Amino acid sequence: MNYIVDRRLNGKNKSTVNRQRFLKRYRKHIKKAVAEAISKRSITDIEHGEEISIPSGDIGEPIFHHGQGGHTENVLPGNTDFVKGDHIPRPPAGGPGGSGSGSGASDSGEGEDEFVFQITQDEFLNFMFEDLELPNMIKRQLAGSDEFKMRRAGFSNQGTPGQINIVRSLRSANARRIALTTGKRKKLKALEQRLSLLQAEDSTADNQTEIELLLEKTAKLKASIKRVPWLDDFDLKYNLNVKEPNPQSKAVMFCIMDVSASMDQATKDIAKRFFILLYLFIQRNYQRTEVVFIRHHTEASEVDEQTFFYSRETGGTIVSSALKLMKSIIEERYPLGDWNIYGAQASDGDNWNNDSTLCKDLLCNAILPKVQYYSYIEITPHDHQAMWHDYQQVKEIFPNSFAIEQIINASEIYSVFRELFQKQVV
Amino acid sequence: MKQKPLSSTSEWTFELIEAYDHEISKIAAEFGLDTYPNQIEVISSEQMMDAYASTGMPLGYHHWSYGKQFINTERSYKRGQMGLAYEIVINSNPCIAYLMEENTMAMQALVIAHACYGHNSFFKGNYLFQTWTDADSIIDYLLFAKNYINQCEERHGITEVEDIIDSCHAIMNYGVDRYKRPYPISAEEEHNRQQEREEELQKQVNDLWRTIPQSKTEEEKKHKTRFPAEPEENLLYFIEKNAPLLKSWQREVVRIVRKISQYFYPQRQTQVMNEGWACFWHYTILNEMYDRGLVEEGFILEFLQSHTSVIYQPPYNSKYYSGINPYSLGFSMMIDIRRICEHPTEEDRLWFPGLAGSNWKESISEAMRNFKDESFILQYLSPKVMRDLKLFCIVDDDKNPDIQVNAIHDQEGYQTIRESLAGQYNLGNREPNIQVHSVDISGDRSLTLHHSQHARKPMGDSTDEVLKHIHRLWGFDIHLHSVENKKITKSYHCPPLETAKDDSSI
Repeated sequence: MNYIVDRRLNGKNKSTVNRQRFLKRYRKHIKKAVAEAISKRSITDIEHGEEISIPSGDIGEPIFHHGQGGHTENVLPGNTDFVKGDHIPRPPAGGPGGSGSGSGASDSGEGEDEFVFQITQDEFLNFMFEDLELPNMIKRQLAGSDEFKMRRAGFSNQGTPGQINIVRSLRSANARRIALTTGKRKKLKALEQRLSLLQAEDSTADNQTEIELLLEKTAKLKASIKRVPWLDDFDLKYNLNVKEPNPQSKAVMFCIMDVSASMDQATKDIAKRFFILLYLFIQRNYQRTEVVFIRHHTEASEVDEQTFFYSRETGGTIVSSALKLMKSIIEERYPLGDWNIYGAQASDGDNWNNDSTLCKDLLCNAILPKVQYYSYIEITPHDHQAMWHDYQQVKEIFPNSFAIEQIINASEIYSVFRELFQKQVV
Repeated sequence: MKQKPLSSTSEWTFELIEAYDHEISKIAAEFGLDTYPNQIEVISSEQMMDAYASTGMPLGYHHWSYGKQFINTERSYKRGQMGLAYEIVINSNPCIAYLMEENTMAMQALVIAHACYGHNSFFKGNYLFQTWTDADSIIDYLLFAKNYINQCEERHGITEVEDIIDSCHAIMNYGVDRYKRPYPISAEEEHNRQQEREEELQKQVNDLWRTIPQSKTEEEKKHKTRFPAEPEENLLYFIEKNAPLLKSWQREVVRIVRKISQYFYPQRQTQVMNEGWACFWHYTILNEMYDRGLVEEGFILEFLQSHTSVIYQPPYNSKYYSGINPYSLGFSMMIDIRRICEHPTEEDRLWFPGLAGSNWKESISEAMRNFKDESFILQYLSPKVMRDLKLFCIVDDDKNPDIQVNAIHDQEGYQTIRESLAGQYNLGNREPNIQVHSVDISGDRSLTLHHSQHARKPMGDSTDEVLKHIHRLWGFDIHLHSVENKKITKSYHCPPLETAKDDSSI
């Protein structure tokens, strides 16, 4: 009468929904903690979970309970040195121990001040990138796309055993069996009726022969009914799936970073953190997004992610070299009809004399008409130089697809980032 | 009659669990334990945390507070601040008990004896459980509740439903008729009658709040209109039936929380007894197994080690002290009842003339069936247990400058300690006694609650918050008066009075 059940294979995440509800309810607190965490973290561990703490007063569930005061009797264990009539000085208010109303008041009494808990990396990034998007994304139908989706499209008579539709197959087998045997069963029924009639009557010789004849006939009929197969090849029905092209929009992000000597380590750090944020953001939100890393001093080169973030380089600064490279890469690899193109550039504002005007021309004539959005961040506590002013002019010409922001120290990265990619309200 | 040991390693297998369960059930039957059938489920530690978070219910409706509970449990467990309980057992028929896969064989045997035979027989035998819960239908009811709340969320939005549940949870402890026997909950019936009830309820409510003038004179009205005629202690029930603005699905949600609160009501009142009873039986059964040679020394030592740590009572001045350990108190009392029956001393004959020398199996079963914590302690707490636990009683009165020791474990103190400790387990003393006093039906529809003060204890600091929740359910002003000797000592209002006046003056 006792059962022993192995439940270990059952789902273990029964509480997931409740946990999500909790996170949702306190999203404001959590977002604040996330924003703080990002500004405090080093470049490499931006991709971890985070410890979130919420003042426990904010998440309490109030119930009616007794407060301090009145007449309280309390029985305690472990008496070693008291006798009846002893007086004990009252412990300072709020302290644990002697007073208090026993176990009943634990809800408000001691407890910790902060409710601290861990969120996973995924949740962390979710909160980090909430409400952000790549601006001006346009869906473009792709001719000759290699993305396909399988879609159910009814049933077919051919297919692989894995796709057999059991219900349909058995239904048609049943129909076939009914169709092939109805006539015979009707005859059989008639014969059997006759037979039972005869058997009920007194047995005469005449009767006997007819009975035998009938028996023979019914046996034959039964056998031939039985011969109709229960399941035949042509009963089998298969689920039919068809391939459908899945139109998707593709995006490419160009990350352009100044690695010249004028960029000191701290500035490079900030730039890199900005790009790491950007990179995580893109990776997370768009499956069909490519990223091109361009770094430059006097010359620009396309590098891989690893080199871009982690290797060092020095030299003078010619920004236009990077823009030229970007232009040629677009022409070479990213035909406008297929791609949404984005650009992000970080620098300390230093540039070779006269190069800034060239940059402006390049942006206005060759790049901005092709890209959806181009953002420039300048990481400098100093006065702006020529490039900032030139870029300001660009901003006036392309107010919707060009953005420029300044970062002074690391703590601003996240807020600037959010500003650049805030969801546009249409 | 020595037998072959069932196993000699600490690894468990399903066959071994079955074998142990078989032997334990035989011994339990010999001792006369009457149980529901058992359903033993082996689960992982993650699943145990899930079970924890939902207060042990195998299925519950979704609510953020359970998520909070889960996060809390998960955190302390991962940091190693807390071990998970070895078992959770659910008062249902069949009785569901969870075993953790990490446990050793000895632990599994302990848990089976403790939960599947100890708690199980308590659920089946104790009068409170028999009166207040219906083990046959609880699982079905929980399923009904979960589905119903799911539907509500789909129809009315998660936030809307969560708000109502929040408010109900705030007064969940006031969802029980303490003196009336409730109707047993049956899921089938619930389901069939729910529609009907919705209409019925609405009709009643509408009737109460009828605004069409009646042909009575003002004079007559004044005499008649104290509503409710009797004070009502079951706040959730009162709200479910009478709140003017609740929609019918909201009333149903209130009802669900109320029913679940009712299901847990006996557990809150029998913690000491329930745990004491279960500990007593795992101790007795496993020792019996050892005597019969069914388990080895290693097994019994491991068992004793965890048994002692479970029933350990740190003294009041230890840093591990957090109130009286119900396992410890319950176990000491149960084992003492057996001692009094089998080997009574002079003192016992004086204190327990009926108990001393009686059949211990019958006496202890009698105690289990007919008492709750408060009355159990009042009846059975013996001088020996008080001496063993070194109990003493202190009085903290705000009229006195310091705390006084009222009684200690000596001849003149036994009776006082006993009464005081019993009072400590009286729900009526532990929780503020709050009842619906009246509703201003013909006026502003405000709801007045009375808090009858016990020993001059005031209300705690979250009272205003709770009133906000009641206000949400009732929809009109809430007043709460603390009453001592028919005099109002303190009043709480929601919305607060000052601002209400300000509003009206503007």
